[in-house]
Amino acid sequence: MRWTQRLGNLVSGFYLTACYIFILLPVAVLILFSFQDGRLPVPPFHGPTLNWYITAISNDRLMAGLGNSLMVGLSSSALSVILGFLAAYGVSRYEFAGKRLLQGIIILPLAVSYLLVGMGLLVTISSLGLGPSLIMVVVGHVVINMPLAFAICLAQLGEHQRKIEWAARDLGASTFRVLTMVTMPMIAPAMIAAFCLCFTLSWDEFIIAFLVTRFDVTLPIVIWTMLRGGLNPQTNAVGSFIFLCSILLLIVVELLLFRKRS
Amino acid sequence: MPSTTTSDNEKLASRRSTLAGLAFSLPAVAWIALFFAAPLVIMSVYSLMPLAGDGAFSLDNYRHFLGEPAYVQAIWNSVLTTAIVVVISLLLAYPFAYILAYKVPKRWQRLALACAILPFWTSYVVRSYAWLLVLAPTGIVNWVLMSLHITDHPITFAYNPGATDLGFVHFFIMLNALTIYANLVQINPRYVLAAQDLGASAWKSFIAVTLPLSIPGMTVGAFLTVVLCIGDFITPQILGGNKELLLPQVIMMQIQRQLDLPMASTMSLVLTLIVAVVYLALQRKMRMSRL
Repeated sequence: MRWTQRLGNLVSGFYLTACYIFILLPVAVLILFSFQDGRLPVPPFHGPTLNWYITAISNDRLMAGLGNSLMVGLSSSALSVILGFLAAYGVSRYEFAGKRLLQGIIILPLAVSYLLVGMGLLVTISSLGLGPSLIMVVVGHVVINMPLAFAICLAQLGEHQRKIEWAARDLGASTFRVLTMVTMPMIAPAMIAAFCLCFTLSWDEFIIAFLVTRFDVTLPIVIWTMLRGGLNPQTNAVGSFIFLCSILLLIVVELLLFRKRS
Repeated sequence: MPSTTTSDNEKLASRRSTLAGLAFSLPAVAWIALFFAAPLVIMSVYSLMPLAGDGAFSLDNYRHFLGEPAYVQAIWNSVLTTAIVVVISLLLAYPFAYILAYKVPKRWQRLALACAILPFWTSYVVRSYAWLLVLAPTGIVNWVLMSLHITDHPITFAYNPGATDLGFVHFFIMLNALTIYANLVQINPRYVLAAQDLGASAWKSFIAVTLPLSIPGMTVGAFLTVVLCIGDFITPQILGGNKELLLPQVIMMQIQRQLDLPMASTMSLVLTLIVAVVYLALQRKMRMSRL
């Protein structure tokens, strides 16, 4: 019994390690060779140097993409959280016929691939005779992220919060005051977490942004065009930078949303 | 009469509740209706239109799509790739999630899980590029193999369908490990103890108790894998070479080279139809609310 158990633990440990290596290898290689002192991001490793990060910062197209990505990410996440929060409030605080259906409609975009959302927007702007633009990326990112913000807010608007809202109402607060002075401060951590999550997803999103833009593009599209030049440590540097930003935001999400419960 | 007043008041209150609820949800619903549902309708109309001229609505695009061997091949490639990826990801992710849930001490589990899904948060573009770094002829795998004198010339790993599968499996192991883990930690450990008290071996109690109870987690993971895998253009485009095209690549070719939006719409709708069929087939086994 002892012997088999020990063997079992050994096999488990081995399998876990193998999985971790497989999962983390590409990211580790990406980050390591962003510090490569040489023209190719392949072994043997020389360095470290920050040269490729400096090259990336002085690359105008990359910086324009970065600015566009920030703009799209901030505005689409803000819209997603506002719309998602309001809908979650309406659904959780009022009883009405067709509520289930409404919830279903809001959640629907979560079940389709981004390609379909992007294609739909592309066909729409072309049938309306509009040109591609960053605004359409914002629109598309709200479509894919707002359902998430809605779900996160809905999960936080429980009975406990409802009782406090009633107390505020009994004391004479209007709906608007309850919303802004009571409800929103109470679930502010969840709203910030939802914002960070939406931003992470928008910041990384490729296919919608690719379909509905042409000249003004977001960072993932700039990276995409850089790939045509083959392997390049500058691409590693930008990829590592995007990745680290996402991870920092996710740590914020983790601290705000899950820390309290455990 | 007081009783009617009360009921009138109730009616009024209920109507106000309906109006308020609708008013709060309206912006969100309107956004989805205008920028998601309406575009889908326009796409459907497009898919019935000929590319040039003013011909009548017809199913010609669908007939052409399903009658052209190269396109049918792309559908088949996509379905086959997705099936392979779902099966391999589930097989590899299950033991991983199981070990995380039952062998790793409780207080380390969250951290272990967070580390296991780190690359999940990079974009498809960056992730596929990173695999290119690993698999390239001068990449790290070939470098290790050649340093160890296992081979003396680089092996071609990148730019073929196998590399696409690898890139997909890498991503979907993380996704499936998440859904299966979330399911496993919810299973009451007393069920397994009860089975073992009744004389079942560790293996038998796993087959008879744990495995059936973790089907919802596997099904949700499998469905998300299908949705994301079958619609992805980046991974095959970067890693797959240009030999065996998948459906999203063919759709992008319609848009970029042929400038044929009606045909691209037709193909996207067929793609979505495939996903919908998978959803209907898996729906009963998912029970999303339990996760």
